[in-house]
Amino acid sequence: MKQRVAVCAVAQIKNEPDIWYQRFQGMVLECFETIVEQTGVTFDMDKGIRNVVTCSDDVFDARTISDNAITDVVGAHFRGEEKSCQDGSNALGYAMASILSGHDDVILVAGHCKESQPESRRMCSNLAFDPFYTRPLGLDFLSAAALQARAYLKQSQVTDAHLAKIVARSRENAARNPFARENELVTEDDVMQSPLICDPIRALHRYPVTDWAVAMLLCSEERAHEFTDKPVWLTGFGNCMDSYFLGDRDLSESTALQKAARRAYTMAGVDDPKTAFDIIELGDAYAYQLPMWAENAGVIEPKSAGKWIDSGGPDRMGVNLSGGMLNGNPFKLGGLARAMEVVLQLRGEAGDRQADKAQRGLAHGTTGAAGQHHSVLVFEK
Amino acid sequence: MQKDDFSKSYVVEGKLALPYTYFAGRVGSTFLTTLRDQKKIMGVQCNQCEKIFVPPRQTCERCLSDIRDNWVPIENSGEVVNFTVVREQDKHLPRKTPYILGLIKLDGADTPMVHIIDGIDPEKITEGVRVRAVYTNESDPSILYIDHFEPISS
Repeated sequence: MKQRVAVCAVAQIKNEPDIWYQRFQGMVLECFETIVEQTGVTFDMDKGIRNVVTCSDDVFDARTISDNAITDVVGAHFRGEEKSCQDGSNALGYAMASILSGHDDVILVAGHCKESQPESRRMCSNLAFDPFYTRPLGLDFLSAAALQARAYLKQSQVTDAHLAKIVARSRENAARNPFARENELVTEDDVMQSPLICDPIRALHRYPVTDWAVAMLLCSEERAHEFTDKPVWLTGFGNCMDSYFLGDRDLSESTALQKAARRAYTMAGVDDPKTAFDIIELGDAYAYQLPMWAENAGVIEPKSAGKWIDSGGPDRMGVNLSGGMLNGNPFKLGGLARAMEVVLQLRGEAGDRQADKAQRGLAHGTTGAAGQHHSVLVFEK
Repeated sequence: MQKDDFSKSYVVEGKLALPYTYFAGRVGSTFLTTLRDQKKIMGVQCNQCEKIFVPPRQTCERCLSDIRDNWVPIENSGEVVNFTVVREQDKHLPRKTPYILGLIKLDGADTPMVHIIDGIDPEKITEGVRVRAVYTNESDPSILYIDHFEPISS
């Protein structure tokens, strides 16, 4: 029998441009208390949480071992505590591995990031590059994404007009999500008139600076009934790391996402990803990534994204109904934000943006320069 | 709460700055000292994959062969195969914006390398432009021994 992991409860605060009035510890505490309230979970060493996985980033927190600043908030003293400094979706993969291996049966996952605190996100991501060959050139995640955008747009049927549609739609969807960052609605014309910041990426093609915190409680299948009568099942997870040097990769496609997706689909028993999902959340930090990730995750055919966008494909397939990364989540927590939306949709708790009869969903997260690392999660009702 | 209401907030203006010494490794050191002393670009070849990598590395990521001694000379010229124009100024950038970052496929190499392209109007850069390395003795020790690449006038 296929083994399953239960997502028992999820909690988040609202995505905001600058949560100056609260420390990140306070942001996480709100989520944590909501989880306890929803589930009654304790820190009892026999029956409660014995293992916590946190997700944060040393550079964005400007301190090394950033999880040290959060262990007391998430009750991690005197028990297992692990940190994922990859995209947050890997914290869920970690929790899943811990449960399926029998290492533990109840895991708390918590993540935080205040992108508003550093002077520049680009300065942070410049530090992801090596000090010899790439960092001195000023490469950062924006310029790396721009090189990928050019490579992808050149071989795909996706145009600047398609990217404008994606951004306008993201804002409209986010307006129906009470936890989304509050952004002004924009027209396709606004997007196409917005200045180039790193060709071919325009100002409105880039996700805005965002602060957020999130928590989830996961447990083994046998114990799910103790914490919820509405479990969502995490049935598949896969991740993959691509080459480091941009020139070593074919930037027009993502081998890493193809492999991560295949691993997740195999684990979850998904035969045809084009028809398997009612909800799809993709980590589109930049507008070109929504079609590119959709193609490479195999939910649409290669080189079909232009027509797919023109014919309302993203709406038809329930893609990024949350507003997506483009509307604003901290980059580090992008995959957790995608998973949050999928879980809410499968629980039927997505309010005005609720999809009909959502049974199975895909959540995707990515970190690194130009999607170097990808993770794919499959959730089922 | 209003954004400017800091009357009861205590804020520390911090900064992460850590003087540090990075070792480029033996393969990286050969590459960088050759750039500095001979103004020559070297790659390493994986004989099994028949691929020449720039920047060089000790191990082929595809077949895991040890390729550290398979040095091959690479030309100082090549072709722009991809580029972006960096337009937003920031403190980590080595140039005033707008400036061009390009992926340059050097003659003799299989993997394009990122570098700065100068000597051409950023509005006029296209893929396919032929460029050559312009060296400097003044930069910090790094890939910036090549100050930039400039178009080869035909």
